[in-house]
Amino acid sequence: MIRFLLRKLAVIVPVLIGITIVSFGFVRILPGDPVMLMAGERGLTPERHAEMMAQFGFDRPLPVQYLDFVASALGGDLGQSLVSKKPVLAEFLTLFPATVELGLCAVLLATLIGVPLGVLAAVKRGSWFDQLSMGIALTGYSMPIFWWGLLLVILFSGTLGWTPVSGRIALQYYFPDATGFMLYDAAVSGQKGAFVSALRHLILPSIVLATIPMAVLARQSRSAMLEVLGEDYVRTARSRGLSPWRVICLHAFRNALIPIVTTLGLQIGGILTGAILTETIFSWPGIGKWMVDSIARRDYPVVQGGLLLIAGIVMAVNLLVDVLYALINPRIRHK
Amino acid sequence: MTQTNAHSPIPPGRLREFWHGFAANRGALIGGAVILCLVLLAVFAPLVAPHDPIHQYRDSFLTPPAWMEGGKSVFLLGTDAVGRDILSRLIHGARYSLYVGLLVVTIALACGVAVGMVAGYVGGWVDTAIMRVMDVILAFPSLLLALVLVAILGPGLTNAMIAIALVLQPHFARLTRAAVLTEKGKDYVTALRVAGASPLRLMFVTILPNCMPPLVVQATLSFSTAILDAAALGFLGMGAQPPAPEWGTMLADSREFILRAWWVVTFPGLAILITVLAINLIGDGLRDTLDPKMRKG
Repeated sequence: MIRFLLRKLAVIVPVLIGITIVSFGFVRILPGDPVMLMAGERGLTPERHAEMMAQFGFDRPLPVQYLDFVASALGGDLGQSLVSKKPVLAEFLTLFPATVELGLCAVLLATLIGVPLGVLAAVKRGSWFDQLSMGIALTGYSMPIFWWGLLLVILFSGTLGWTPVSGRIALQYYFPDATGFMLYDAAVSGQKGAFVSALRHLILPSIVLATIPMAVLARQSRSAMLEVLGEDYVRTARSRGLSPWRVICLHAFRNALIPIVTTLGLQIGGILTGAILTETIFSWPGIGKWMVDSIARRDYPVVQGGLLLIAGIVMAVNLLVDVLYALINPRIRHK
Repeated sequence: MTQTNAHSPIPPGRLREFWHGFAANRGALIGGAVILCLVLLAVFAPLVAPHDPIHQYRDSFLTPPAWMEGGKSVFLLGTDAVGRDILSRLIHGARYSLYVGLLVVTIALACGVAVGMVAGYVGGWVDTAIMRVMDVILAFPSLLLALVLVAILGPGLTNAMIAIALVLQPHFARLTRAAVLTEKGKDYVTALRVAGASPLRLMFVTILPNCMPPLVVQATLSFSTAILDAAALGFLGMGAQPPAPEWGTMLADSREFILRAWWVVTFPGLAILITVLAINLIGDGLRDTLDPKMRKG
């Protein structure tokens, strides 16, 4: 296991360095001058411009700036937002729980619907249920989720009036952020109706964000299950006269779980991509919307720090999945 | 099967065998038919579309579809907020989507295959370096990376395509590398090397044709991803710029009217969904035919 971890680290360290170079480099080749941007419409005299370039270190050679960026990043300092003037890391930490809350709900929804759908489709292979559910899965997989979100808003918010259009909670509720997770904060706030309001705000964005992972999980669960159902041990279990559902749940599904869990882990990048669109549609104050807004406003430090943090999270989750996978399946770590 | 072979003088060619498998897949055929229609619509857009896609009819803002109350028969699917015919815009929009898909896949495939081929064939530190660069690209959520790239290059369809191609090419590179690694040790490659074939010839003439099936499947999947991503960038204001009748841009334009005029939102999205679904149906069919190991059931 230690050798496996060392091998993984040998891959991860260069990639991490690459990520810092990309995050740093992108911002340096963005058109426009950061100092002019900070000055806004008032403009700057050439002397003041030079002074500010020196103050923020933009006049130093790029390699020096890069090393400085990495050193500060390692110390947890990712600079300040040009717009809000707050530290990038603090902004990220404030907004991140909103994205995690949305992402977790989406993953939960995708798993609870996608996996049973795929397993049942495999068990009833070739039936109308199989064809229907795989048709739904392929449609979900092909869905432009930004449009899907708008459609749901038209139906559930516009026509039926069941759910709110945007935000995380109705404006009349106000309580301090304890954890940043609105469902939890609302529940412990003691304000009547706050939890239900938070839940109602969460429903549509979760459905939208869950759509593609659900489709992927359904398709993957079906194929994993089909593979397992053809194995000798399943046939043996059946021939021993065990009830069909016992064979499916205890013998087949448990073994199909490994590829399903791996697929789930690999969805993290997709969830973050989906979060960019979902958060924009529903004005959800998470890191996806934060990044889109910052790119549009050319808020360099935020784009730079955000890229670094998001890529770091994707890598950390992928590593976690790899390690869990190796723990469950010894063949992987001895390969 | 034996009987047909006995009767036909020539054994079925690879292409015919492929077509046999592909045609047995009903979904793939439907997808193929839809794409064929879209290609025809795109090619003959100026002839088929009833109106100019950017002409604004000042007396017909947000006209509902023809079958609804207040609809006009000249605007079958209604008009948008500045009085442009939605049907004509959708027909012209097919050009953008197919163009984006085709160009992005071509760029990503060409770059990815070249890079993956070199990595797999040369091996050693070149392989390690190339694959780490691919890992770095894959560590970023694809849409985020494309967004930042477009911010650098400037919003527009061409830049959006370059950005999406760059984000998609690591998938081709990885696939090619893996295929090359299995192929390069085989006897036919060794035989040609001994016979004096140059490395370039070995890479692209000898080995590449044998790596094609997974690449074809990946190219189909990337085609649909490219259309979705380009529409998403258009939706975020970073893709094709108004008044271009690109489907994602049309959606972005119509966002503020969603609660008043459902048709301006519904039809462009439906067009994206149908196109992507059709391509994915073809992709599933191709995978089942070309690569029985990856078969879903």
